[in-house]
Amino acid sequence: MSTLQVELVAADRKVWEGEADMVIARTVDGELGILPGHTPLLGVLVEGEVRIKSGEGSQTASIDGGFLSVDRDKVIIVAEAVDASNFTA
Amino acid sequence: MGAQMRVYRQRIRSVQATKKITRAMELIAASRVVKAQQRVRESSPYARALTRAVSAVATFSNVDHPLTTEHENVRRAAVLVVTSDRGLAGAYSSSVLKESERLIGDLRADGKEVVPYLVGRKAVGFYKFRKRDYADEWTGFTDQPTFDVAREIGEALVAAFNQDFAEGGVDEVHIVFTRFVNMVTQEPDVIRMLPLEVVEGEEAPAEDDVLPLYEFEPSAEQVLDALLPKYVTARIYNCLLQAAASELASRQRAMKSATDNAEELIKKYTRLANQARQAEITQEISEIVGGSDALADAS
Repeated sequence: MSTLQVELVAADRKVWEGEADMVIARTVDGELGILPGHTPLLGVLVEGEVRIKSGEGSQTASIDGGFLSVDRDKVIIVAEAVDASNFTA
Repeated sequence: MGAQMRVYRQRIRSVQATKKITRAMELIAASRVVKAQQRVRESSPYARALTRAVSAVATFSNVDHPLTTEHENVRRAAVLVVTSDRGLAGAYSSSVLKESERLIGDLRADGKEVVPYLVGRKAVGFYKFRKRDYADEWTGFTDQPTFDVAREIGEALVAAFNQDFAEGGVDEVHIVFTRFVNMVTQEPDVIRMLPLEVVEGEEAPAEDDVLPLYEFEPSAEQVLDALLPKYVTARIYNCLLQAAASELASRQRAMKSATDNAEELIKKYTRLANQARQAEITQEISEIVGGSDALADAS
């Protein structure tokens, strides 16, 4: 199965980059889950948590408002401030 | 010790003290400029993602947004002038101010009213000394701008842009800042911020890198609404970061030449002091010889 290439970008740095099986984020309309093969999408995110699930388990980062773009299994999550203190490299 | 020599010694000591200060400032600026450049680099993933997203929305939807719409009749323009808080950076602030004066002159010649927004104490001082009015000022961070400041400035400018002309709103926003080309070249530059023209970042997209047909969540208009103010903020942040790197680089250069000048001066004064000492010794010898000659003649 293919995986997602995920980038988590804050205003002043790239916070995290890696592979994942699923990304869950909260958009203006509600929770949104992204699996490999998702159609290209640009969504506005509201303040909340982003969950990134990969084989070993899931990691959570809290962001303030931002947006998310999905394009050919590449997911970019962009926010002004990202708190990824409990992320493992 | 003769009076002449004492004066030279004093000068040498004072120049030595100055040299220590300028050397220290040079080293500090040199270490900070590396960090500032790194911050410029670190902010680029964000700017790139944002630019890509904005151009995707702009390409695939025919949404007209107030921030991208050209006003037919531009009557008032805002100019954001980005200078430094401190001096001793060579011509850094003055060349930005000169560039801004030129721009303001051009805008006035076109019959536009100009509203200045100032960043850095040097710009504020320049306007206060000339008793000119300005709309707003931000100071105290120019060598290390944070994203929060950029957001504050962005919000103020977007708010002014969205306001009606009658209520004091502006129809255009320009930024005058110093572009960091490399360590030896920094040039003052003007960009028109609003109405927005979406430009690709430093790197052009690759040929085969076609933007996909995006779906928008919730809708293209709302996505654009959320993205454009962020885009403005990101560009202002980038301008501030480049200005900070430029400021530190020109300070480093200015302090380097100040240190070199101090060394030159010390050399010159040391020679003069040596000359004065020799003159004194020669005089003493001729006095002694003259004295003993006179004694010999008398006996």
